[in-house]
Amino acid sequence: MDFLSIILDILLSAAFWTAVLRIATPYVLGTLGELVCERAGVLNLGIEGIMTLGAMAGWMAVYQGADLWTGVLAAAACGALLGLLHAALTVPLGLSQHVTGIGVTLLGTSLSYFVYRLVLPQASTPPTVEPFQPLALPGALAQTPLTYLAFLLVAVVAYVLYRTPVGLAVRMVGENPAAAEAQGLNVTAIRIGAVVAGSALMALAGAFLTLSAFNAFFFNMVNGRGWICIALVVFASWRPGKALLGALLFAVFDALQLRLQQASGGVLPYQLFLMMPYLLSILALVLVARRASYPRALMIPYRKGER
Amino acid sequence: MSSPVKGGPEVVLRLAGISKRFGPLLANDNISLTLHAGEVLALLGENGAGKTTLMNILFGHYVADEGTIEAFGRPLPPGSPRAALEAGIGMVHQHFTLADNLSVLDNIAVGTELLWRWRSDRGAARRRLLDLSQRFGLEVRPDAPVGELSVGERQRAEILKALYRDARILILDEPTAVLTPQESAGLFETLRRLTADGLAVVFISHKMNEVFAASDTVAVLRAGKLVATHATASTDRAKLAELMVGRSVKPPAPAPLSPGEPVLELAGVTVASGHGRPLLDRVDLTVCRHQVVGIAGVSGNGQTALAELVSGLIRPDSGRLSLKGSVVEHGDPADMVRRGVARIPEDRHSAGLVGTMAVWENLIAERYRDSSFSRLGVLRRSAARAYAREVIEEFDVRCPGPDARTQLLSGGNMQKLILGRTLAHGPDLILASQPTRGLDIGAVSYVHSRLLDARAAGAGILLISEDLDEILALADCVTVAYHGRLTPLLPHDRVSVSQLGLLMAGHWDILRDILPETVHAA
Ligand SMILES: Nc1ncnc2c1ncn2[C@@H]1O[C@H](COP(=O)(O)OP(=O)(O)OP(=O)(O)O)[C@@H](O)[C@H]1O
Ligand SMILES: [Mg+2]
Repeated sequence: MDFLSIILDILLSAAFWTAVLRIATPYVLGTLGELVCERAGVLNLGIEGIMTLGAMAGWMAVYQGADLWTGVLAAAACGALLGLLHAALTVPLGLSQHVTGIGVTLLGTSLSYFVYRLVLPQASTPPTVEPFQPLALPGALAQTPLTYLAFLLVAVVAYVLYRTPVGLAVRMVGENPAAAEAQGLNVTAIRIGAVVAGSALMALAGAFLTLSAFNAFFFNMVNGRGWICIALVVFASWRPGKALLGALLFAVFDALQLRLQQASGGVLPYQLFLMMPYLLSILALVLVARRASYPRALMIPYRKGER
Repeated sequence: MSSPVKGGPEVVLRLAGISKRFGPLLANDNISLTLHAGEVLALLGENGAGKTTLMNILFGHYVADEGTIEAFGRPLPPGSPRAALEAGIGMVHQHFTLADNLSVLDNIAVGTELLWRWRSDRGAARRRLLDLSQRFGLEVRPDAPVGELSVGERQRAEILKALYRDARILILDEPTAVLTPQESAGLFETLRRLTADGLAVVFISHKMNEVFAASDTVAVLRAGKLVATHATASTDRAKLAELMVGRSVKPPAPAPLSPGEPVLELAGVTVASGHGRPLLDRVDLTVCRHQVVGIAGVSGNGQTALAELVSGLIRPDSGRLSLKGSVVEHGDPADMVRRGVARIPEDRHSAGLVGTMAVWENLIAERYRDSSFSRLGVLRRSAARAYAREVIEEFDVRCPGPDARTQLLSGGNMQKLILGRTLAHGPDLILASQPTRGLDIGAVSYVHSRLLDARAAGAGILLISEDLDEILALADCVTVAYHGRLTPLLPHDRVSVSQLGLLMAGHWDILRDILPETVHAA
């Protein structure tokens, strides 16, 4: 019937898949970052704030005259710093990871707006920068460099986690820190390292928004993407490959709802379509994540010499 | 591998004046010890004497307040497991330190390579592991996730972890507490091979027969102090027991009592397992007042299901369960408690106590709804505390008071706490699963005598234990669990340990010799 042929048309168009890859990119980066933190046993609810700070810092660096890649590095560095704050509070001090994470999100978000307003006190329309351009490749492959980087990083993170000694050490401190310590590993250092690295990845997701997807920094531009990443990590059972799959799936739903919204021509309330990716994600989560085996020491602070 | 120095094998480890405080508690008090190559030192002591603490200091988990450690003539920096590993010290912890979701190989290899390498050399690690496994007869499955291993396999993985690191000094903290007798025998066989190779071993145990079978030297700790070191050959059980406890220990003997009316009856009870063999298969069992019925068997032959059945956690798929003559239709744990069932669970940490809660909270956990402990949904805290104080007093639980966090109690004192909760209300049926696992001999004889008191007072006791000596010492009748089936009740004076061993291995044909009058087909 009519509806099915509309969907088929959409799914067969190259433009749709180009959009899917673009929409997926921040989710891929954010989910990878969260996954690295959680694999080491630290929940990082600071993700939303870290993404916002990354978005602002990357854009600001470029706006101030740096080149795009320097902007990306600046974003990663700011993310790493915020991650270091989260790690310092949750790992050696063992504070509640929930509360600290929410604090980091509030801090990252308001710090970004504050700095933005400090530098641009009276800008009413957000000033723009020249963003990354899609590489001249055919069809869905015409993406900006940050998208390629995101997909490459999936392989890199998977390789590091499963094939290198440091990846094994990260997984070990997330599963059983006491056992890791009994093997001579420094649990505190490894956890801090993982949170810092993961947070840098989250900030890249933010930088993608201001330097690739858009060309300016808006208020509320991260718009809950960080929270979706937290759910995607569960969906992915803490595995990088599945995280990529989850991010793509979510992006497909999202791209689809946009197009259906246009195709429906206002017959149905647009909120219904907006809801769709979230509903489908919850469904997918219920179906897939029930059997997920989570890192056993997730959210449990480790204190040496205590029973 | 003895040293060229004359005057015996070289000293590999020297502890000098080690002291450690936890708040007001002096857990280790000026302890000095030496260990030689090829020597097996047994470390004995009551629960809470400070054995684990001392070993944790040696391995760098804790930092001593005073004292020094020398390994192979060189001082060992305090507080660093890495330094201990590098000095050739390996430790198998009282509670295993393995990550369940990782493979055996991962657990063993983690931390052995430089962290920043582009690739782990899995091939070399696997070869090394398999080579060690063969050399010392320690069978492993390198790729199995640890979570799927049996307790015995986990322990082999732990020992291999130490050997993989070229440990020359091996610490084993209560290695046999959770092993079956067969697994323990295998462990001691391994230890003989290791010491023949020049390794020095420290092992902690509460089981005297192991100490005499396997050690060269014994050291006894009491309340944090080293009270004696002897050559094992020059001492005996009674003397060691007295050194540990500070007084002589006599095992209680059950007074002959004739059984009263039945309190627990199982008739043709089957519990399905979801796949394959049922957990319990057409089981008949009767426990009467004034009677201890012992269930012997290698763990995993239906004992857990039986215990869960009697505590109301699961229900029979077919057959009938009656308590005090009335059939239990829909038992749940609270209902079972109300009907007079008290339980000593197998694992006191996971099913017995809540570690982060106070002693008094744990003591009323099964009956906080009683009018004596709550009124209109509000806890009567002072009544509960007063009650806790009574139990603490009566059962000699050593702890700072009713408000102490349960986690901080030593194993033996946790068990006394559970015993207090179990016995304080004069239960009709006591389900005791491994009631003395990990306890010192003083505590064991205390638990036994309290159980026998309850028997004299009219309770029926279902005793599930892997320790055959315990079963034969306490039980009036014994039955053996095998593949979910139970043998008929055997009077305790008509079976021997070796016959029980055969029955546990499934050789039920010998029942004909033990019970000629009732010929049962297995
Ligand atoms: N981290 C800690 N914090 C506070 N107290 C502790 C800690 N570790 C041990 N203790 C206390 O030190 C004492 C000695 O404990 P330890 O575990 O060394 O006993 P143990 O001899 O190994 O006993 P068991 O035979 O029960 O294993 C106990 O009273 C215990 O409660
Ligand atoms: Mg101990």
